Amino acid sequence: MASAIHPEVSAKTANPTTRSLLSIRNIGKSFGRTPVLRSISLEIAEGEFLTILGESGSGKTTLLRIIGGFETADCGEIVMAGERLDRLPPYRRRVNTVFQYYALFPHLTVEENVSYGLRVAKLPKEEVAARVEQALAMVKMSAFANSKPAKISGGQQQRIALARALVNRPRLLLLDEPLSALDANLRRQMQVELKSLQREVGISFVFVTHDQDEAMVMSDRIALLRMGELEQVASPREIYDRPATVYTAQFIGHTNLLRGEVKGGIARCHSLSWPVNLPDGPVLFSLRPENIHFAAGMQGAVKFRAKLCSQIFHGATELLQVQCTDGLMLSLRTSTRASRDEDLDLEFLPAAAVPVRESGQGKKRD
Amino acid sequence: MFSRAYRIAITLPPLVWVILFLLLPYALLFCYSFWSVSAVQTIIHSWTLDNYRELLRVNVYLQTLFRSMWIAARVTLFSLLLGYPLAYYLSFYAEKRKEFFYQLVIIPLWVSYLVRAYAWKTILGSDGVLNTLLQYVHLTSHPLNFLLYSPFAVVLTLTHIYTPFTFLPIYAALEHIPRNLIEASHDLGAPPLQTFWRVILPLSIPGVLAGATFAFVLSLGDFLAPLLLGGPSGIMISNIVVSLFGAAYNWPLGAAISFCMLALVIGLLFFSERLEKRWGFR
Repeated sequence: MASAIHPEVSAKTANPTTRSLLSIRNIGKSFGRTPVLRSISLEIAEGEFLTILGESGSGKTTLLRIIGGFETADCGEIVMAGERLDRLPPYRRRVNTVFQYYALFPHLTVEENVSYGLRVAKLPKEEVAARVEQALAMVKMSAFANSKPAKISGGQQQRIALARALVNRPRLLLLDEPLSALDANLRRQMQVELKSLQREVGISFVFVTHDQDEAMVMSDRIALLRMGELEQVASPREIYDRPATVYTAQFIGHTNLLRGEVKGGIARCHSLSWPVNLPDGPVLFSLRPENIHFAAGMQGAVKFRAKLCSQIFHGATELLQVQCTDGLMLSLRTSTRASRDEDLDLEFLPAAAVPVRESGQGKKRD
Repeated sequence: MFSRAYRIAITLPPLVWVILFLLLPYALLFCYSFWSVSAVQTIIHSWTLDNYRELLRVNVYLQTLFRSMWIAARVTLFSLLLGYPLAYYLSFYAEKRKEFFYQLVIIPLWVSYLVRAYAWKTILGSDGVLNTLLQYVHLTSHPLNFLLYSPFAVVLTLTHIYTPFTFLPIYAALEHIPRNLIEASHDLGAPPLQTFWRVILPLSIPGVLAGATFAFVLSLGDFLAPLLLGGPSGIMISNIVVSLFGAAYNWPLGAAISFCMLALVIGLLFFSERLEKRWGFR
């Protein structure tokens, strides 16, 4: 992905600025009597790679389609660069979409597909040709300019769909699970390419996926959507290290959920206890498996003894199921094998146990 | 994969059917077209090209053939002009009424051709519904005579009868267009009209070709509509064939004309097949 499609922005190594490009305000949508989105508010910054992550039925595609103009929201507004976007038909929005199954025009060649938007905009022929050539070179598809879409592979169609959208130099690019039809290896490769391409062109990407790993690898920020509501919006690192809710903690990576009680600045969970800075009352903690270690005498660590129940080899790591002496089951991830016979001495730092909300707490769901 | 006996058992019946009821009669007809009729109206079974010479020599045959093609061309045009918008509306806008409208198009096909042709007769005749109405509202003082027993009546009736045949393949083609292509076109800045010209129309061309072929071929060989509603000026080539096989008792000449038409139609089907392939994408 060599040449730059946006000479004016490619010079800087497009770190997302804090300048907001798109504001989604209180967007709500129902299909018939089924609510799909409930009062979604979200800011997307210039040059940002934002992933809308969610299970099927979470409303993520509907949200993307509302931004693209293919669905109308029941309420709320969308503002792009100071202009109401949601009142414009899709063909007047400076937003382009990469569709899930690419939606390449089967009767047009690769070149005609890519030039479609520019020809519709009635740009001069020479400019169309130059920009199409540039876009095809960017996605390494110049050799296929005269092929019909049916003659090229899924991964190649994917690149063409990307070129066809980017050649129009949109302010914002929407991607609706664009990698879901590719096989695992190609998918990983495209994740990397897509991310570096986004840095290069500096356009804001809104990427929809149901794949947590994909979201983690590519995004500047992840917006986790659940049953039409935003569960958490944060950077991948933050959403992983400091999940706000049980759902987030469980959906993104593996976790141990510890149900306990805080009393006088001490959290108790089964026989484990550690100091916390929380008000009294019942509490839930998320403790990532990789944050439990074999005891090495870390300062202030919570120490406990457990019996090995099972051990699963994952290549670089091992996932162990252990049972504490009080019956509590925990999973932990280590790089060393444990022997089954002896009890294990384990520990974790209090800071690794992150208090999480019960999902949907405080908000009544029907 | 299947046993030899099984394969023969399943291919034989249709094969026999085609040979017995299609190929043999055509072969016989083909032979007839090279035979001739004696003065006492018996068939002379000796080979001659006279029938084909006759066909080219006597103006009325070629003229009628050209008129038939001109009528068929108009029927094709009008049934496309009616069928396409109808199919377009049904495919893109009818939504819940889709099934209902679809049935409305199909139901007339259940009614006998003859009944529909006679219906037009009662509408277009000089005492017919249309003339009575026109006189009643004083738009005309005399019955309009060109309405019935004219090429106009034939084109009108055939258009009515064959529009469902153009509608169906066009509708099928439109239904097969993935809707995300239309969204993609809008997404790339093309308003609805441009999207129609650049995406929907090109992708529906195979259906249009199939529908046009139906309308043209079926109306080219039609003989009932011209017989009932055509009058002397609306005679079509099939009427001549019918009379040659009937009252005129000149089977060899009738067979020769039939074969010319058959060749024409096969050529046309071949041509439209080629075009459809050229416009088919998947």
